[in-house]
Amino acid sequence: MIDEQQVVKVGMADLNVISGHGLIRTTGLGSCVGLTLYDPVKKVAGLAHVMLPSSEIAREGALNLAKYADTALDKLLEEVLAIGACQKRLVAKMAGGAQMFSFAGASDSMRIGPRNVEACKEKLQELGISLIAEDTGGNHGRTIELDVETGTLFIRSVQKGVKEL
Amino acid sequence: MDVLKEIGNIGAGNAATALSRLLNKPIDMAVPKVQMLPFEAISDRVGGAEQVVLAIFLRVEGDAPGNLFFILSPEAAKKLLHRLAGFEVCDGEDFTEMEWSALSEIGNILAGSYLSSLADFTMLQMTPTVPALAMDMAGAILSYGLLQFGEMGDSALLIDTTFIEGQHEVEGQFFLIPDPESFAKIFTALGVPLDHD
Repeated sequence: MIDEQQVVKVGMADLNVISGHGLIRTTGLGSCVGLTLYDPVKKVAGLAHVMLPSSEIAREGALNLAKYADTALDKLLEEVLAIGACQKRLVAKMAGGAQMFSFAGASDSMRIGPRNVEACKEKLQELGISLIAEDTGGNHGRTIELDVETGTLFIRSVQKGVKEL
Repeated sequence: MDVLKEIGNIGAGNAATALSRLLNKPIDMAVPKVQMLPFEAISDRVGGAEQVVLAIFLRVEGDAPGNLFFILSPEAAKKLLHRLAGFEVCDGEDFTEMEWSALSEIGNILAGSYLSSLADFTMLQMTPTVPALAMDMAGAILSYGLLQFGEMGDSALLIDTTFIEGQHEVEGQFFLIPDPESFAKIFTALGVPLDHD
């Protein structure tokens, strides 16, 4: 008997993990970055929907770790390790970081997409996790979905259809 | 909250009038909703994060900065183009360059009238940036307006007004997302005492 395919959803500024079989998904990535960690042997994956590059600018009381590139990765790593992943086998994929609107003389906050991407890359490097595929930048939104059995990342966008990484 | 609702009322009222004039048809509007909403819930207001919408975005600068979105479904945009500019439009989600430019202009007029009435009413200086037009997933578009809030928490204040024409046809929605630091200025401008709770 085949189980109903489980789909784990990840909201904005949120993260979650999945193991065994099923999909982990986040919708409507604009300047946000969807970052996945995957252990192909243990079939364990994690996904974070990162909104901002750095927690240094945070003014909120209780820090939402999933929101910032510099804190989300540590937390995501901790969670995938907790459900059985091995850090040395982990590989990362990411998508998003678009610039949804273009303005002449764009200020720094307008460049938030590319900055999110850069921040995620820096953090991955720091953790020694290799980024094996990415679909970032541009000016379009993306919905992404990782199949935990195969590690395939499906990227859907309005203009460009579905892409597999 | 009532004050903010009034703000939405005045802005959208003016924009509805502008649209009525353009279309030469009565356009109604729903009473604005003012809510502190979690990020996720904001795109649900237009049918979910993946729903394809057409958005005119402009950044409000000046005394009370914030983000203003005018959101339309692609179908509503087509209808608007047909009635307003006499375009012979094709179904689907594709727009010609000419249609795109006309939409941008319509959005500009509506957003401008929304904003100028707010500025008149509050006596605050509010200048719009050049509007940008995009058609994409609602989540991707609206998240852009939430970045300022992202530094503060996981929810944002949304003033949301829907236009109605005839038989409950939704023509479009205005989303005003004032920056966190703008509330105090708006309240002070309107002479409302601030209570710190």
